[in-house]
Amino acid sequence: MTINHATAAEKFNKDFDRTTWHDETLWWVRQKRDRAAFSIPEWEKLRDTASQIKHNVLSNLDTYLVEFEKNAQKNGITVHWAADAHEHNEIILSILKKQGVTQIVKSKSMLTEECHLNPYLAENGVEVVDTDLGERIVQLADEPPSHIVLPCIHWKKEEIGVLFHKHLGTPEGCADPTLLTHAARENLREKFLTRRVAITGVNFAVAETGEFVVCTNEGNADMGAHLADVHIACMGIEKIIPQRVHLGVFLRLLARSATGQPITTYSSHFAKPRAGQEMHIVLVDNGRTTQLGREEFRNSLKCIRCGACMNTCPVYRRSGGHSYHNAVAGPIGSILAPNLDMTKNADLPFASTLCGSCSNVCPVKINIHEQLYEWRQVLTKSGHSPTAKTLGMKAMAAVLSNPSVYRLSGKMGRLALANVPFVVNNSLNPWYKQREMPEPPKESFGEWYKKNRG
Amino acid sequence: MSREKILAAVAKNKPTSTPLPQIQNFGNQYADLAEQFRSVLTTIGGEVVRVKDWEEIRAYIQTHFVGFRIITTIGELSDMAQNSWLQSDPHSLNNVGLAVLQGQFAVAENGSMWVTEAEMGQRAAPFIAESLALVVKISEIVPKMHDAYARIGSADYGFGAFIAGPSKTADIEQSLVLGAHGPKSMVAFLID
Amino acid sequence: MKVGLFIPCYVDQFYPKVGIATLQLLEKFGCQVSYPSKQTCCGQPMANSGYEHLTHDCNRLFINNFAEYDYIVSPSGSCVLHIKEHLHAPESETQNEGKATHIRKRIYELTEFLTDILKVENLEARFPFRVGLHQSCHGQRGLHLSQMSELVATPFSKPEQLLNMVKDVELVKLSRKDECCGFGGTFCVAEEAVSSRMGIDRIDDHVKNGTQVLTGGDMSCLMHLEGVIRRRKLPIKVMHIAEILTATE
Ligand code: SF4
Repeated sequence: MTINHATAAEKFNKDFDRTTWHDETLWWVRQKRDRAAFSIPEWEKLRDTASQIKHNVLSNLDTYLVEFEKNAQKNGITVHWAADAHEHNEIILSILKKQGVTQIVKSKSMLTEECHLNPYLAENGVEVVDTDLGERIVQLADEPPSHIVLPCIHWKKEEIGVLFHKHLGTPEGCADPTLLTHAARENLREKFLTRRVAITGVNFAVAETGEFVVCTNEGNADMGAHLADVHIACMGIEKIIPQRVHLGVFLRLLARSATGQPITTYSSHFAKPRAGQEMHIVLVDNGRTTQLGREEFRNSLKCIRCGACMNTCPVYRRSGGHSYHNAVAGPIGSILAPNLDMTKNADLPFASTLCGSCSNVCPVKINIHEQLYEWRQVLTKSGHSPTAKTLGMKAMAAVLSNPSVYRLSGKMGRLALANVPFVVNNSLNPWYKQREMPEPPKESFGEWYKKNRG
Repeated sequence: MSREKILAAVAKNKPTSTPLPQIQNFGNQYADLAEQFRSVLTTIGGEVVRVKDWEEIRAYIQTHFVGFRIITTIGELSDMAQNSWLQSDPHSLNNVGLAVLQGQFAVAENGSMWVTEAEMGQRAAPFIAESLALVVKISEIVPKMHDAYARIGSADYGFGAFIAGPSKTADIEQSLVLGAHGPKSMVAFLID
Repeated sequence: MKVGLFIPCYVDQFYPKVGIATLQLLEKFGCQVSYPSKQTCCGQPMANSGYEHLTHDCNRLFINNFAEYDYIVSPSGSCVLHIKEHLHAPESETQNEGKATHIRKRIYELTEFLTDILKVENLEARFPFRVGLHQSCHGQRGLHLSQMSELVATPFSKPEQLLNMVKDVELVKLSRKDECCGFGGTFCVAEEAVSSRMGIDRIDDHVKNGTQVLTGGDMSCLMHLEGVIRRRKLPIKVMHIAEILTATE
């Protein structure tokens, strides 16, 4: 059973200081993003442009996919199509089987997280080593990433020290980020040198040229891909962009939005396999075409996975990525997840105050908070709300749509109203856990008005 | 076949077509491109050295990289480097101390340099070396990424990368560490 | 001009002072104000919880109450935003959609009504305290009452513009000037832990920066923040912006 967001968040909040630390770390990233954005006077125009390009992509996606496929094949890349996560995983396993390989390296790819590739390959006797430092840390800890750009943002350096002491033999008590990073470097260098197959994600795939771009700071995608005999790149079908010039727009936005860097250290353009190398690309649907058909939600497919909406989200910062029980957490995760499974993810669109900060930072201008609102309506109408809540809401609607009942329930004691607008469950009203209710005044405004102006 | 299934689902579900926007250039807001490039690349962990000629680059390498295995694709520096690495197995580059490569051009707004397979010699070279040096002509600095892609145009390459500084990570508590998997240091020579 | 005063349910019941201050402000600037006595609520509590389909009766009531006014003004950015975005005539009464449209176009949050429609430049108010302004998300990001910190755009703030007209007010500079307080409608109970924590953090920012009086344009956010302040027995007073704009201390 998945633990719902509110329960997981409550657990997260039990440690007050750690919540402060988590919030402040991510707020720091948000501030870096602000500085980077404000150094570009045309920032808002860039966001508009990016959003329009992505809209054009969604409206011609089939054409661009076919164009990409044709050009990639011309370049010597093998193109695969996967309808869902399972097919994606099977395709990869079959390539590995053909190579007779049981150990591989993988750089960051949220798609493979979404498809649960690692456990699938493990079941089939293949060992996957995640090479992004953050992903390696959570992998050693046997956890999923808690953030799409900063996978182990919820880990403290002392804890990583303990983990590395156990797995990589770093000195006990060592919590120095440089030493820990370099220990991982040594350990992973050996993997890069010995693994024959490398998997990478894809940030952008260009229809016009058949090339794809992978952005990293660590250089792990490149280390993997350029040393391996076989490079497999996995992408959601929405990662297509029409032309190479469009990279100019997206590469200006991506890293600035993600971490406040002007650009990632490496923006690698893979057009053809190197001599003697095999290059595969797997195009994955896994619910994307369904989302494309949902008018209110299709814009979520514009996402370039920068993570800015998470860093700015006051709820994410105070509940942690794992509370969203989905490969992609935070605001964007909450509008993607119900598309995959409404029952399992019915809680996520409610894990938001609808403050709207996410939509403002989003480099492709996804109306995230409006989609959260829409998902609430869709989930409720399709019967994914608890019965008690529905009854409470019906009662509330009855009071609020009848002025005399409303006046009466007000008169009967102001506090009786306390369970009307915001507090559905009266018996164990959670409001009081950490807050007081206002003192009821002697008369309501309505009563005052009648006396003084009536 | 999944291919047909996916394409049919897209065709059925996609919204009505909207046109592609004009890609504006947004002009150049930087008075001094070399200075802008230097200041950005320095803040992201790179080093920028302005040199008049190849002699200065040699001198720099001779003082800073004593005893390193050096590889290069640059004719002017070939005597400083090993020959015959171009055909070797890329795994054998693991002990390279310094790779010196030509960058086609640099981008002022983000401190990156565009390098393709032709300049890399081997794709692994700029990533596997302990240190990386890229040489770019000072006249070849463009303001922004839009200019960069205008320069690249429809060039045909097997692999190309914008490289901006040494390999780095901040995955441990957001503390910046240079040398995650690739080079621990990077120097850009801006040559007259 | 005929102004219909919309006093949201919780303001009516818990904060009559805010309604009175709002009325006084509007009257002071020559508006002919009435308070339709049959009003209840904008319907937002249901809609934000995923029950927009239960708001038809509320909508009908709202349309009947307010269609006849030149302007509808309310001391709550959140309720105004909800009406602006979601008020429609019930499906069986499409003949009233014109009225709904009129209301959606003519409903204003109090501070924007003062700055944009009444073009107030002078308030003759005095309030000698260090005032911390809470920017409610629905007012700010929804109604654009002030510039949002995420956007690369010129800063402005309608509530600050008004507070600056009040003599001796000292506006407090916050470290996070427009972070959400965590109220969020039913979120405040459904996600009690995060909601309370967000409220605590907002208050902490005010405490650290020396706020004596916490104000804002949305009583719902302020009710939540006041709840935190009182539970923690902090020396901060909470007042709606209308009360400060009419103060003569
Ligand atoms: S929704 Fe927008 S802000 Fe969030 S990760 Fe995607 S692109 Fe970034």
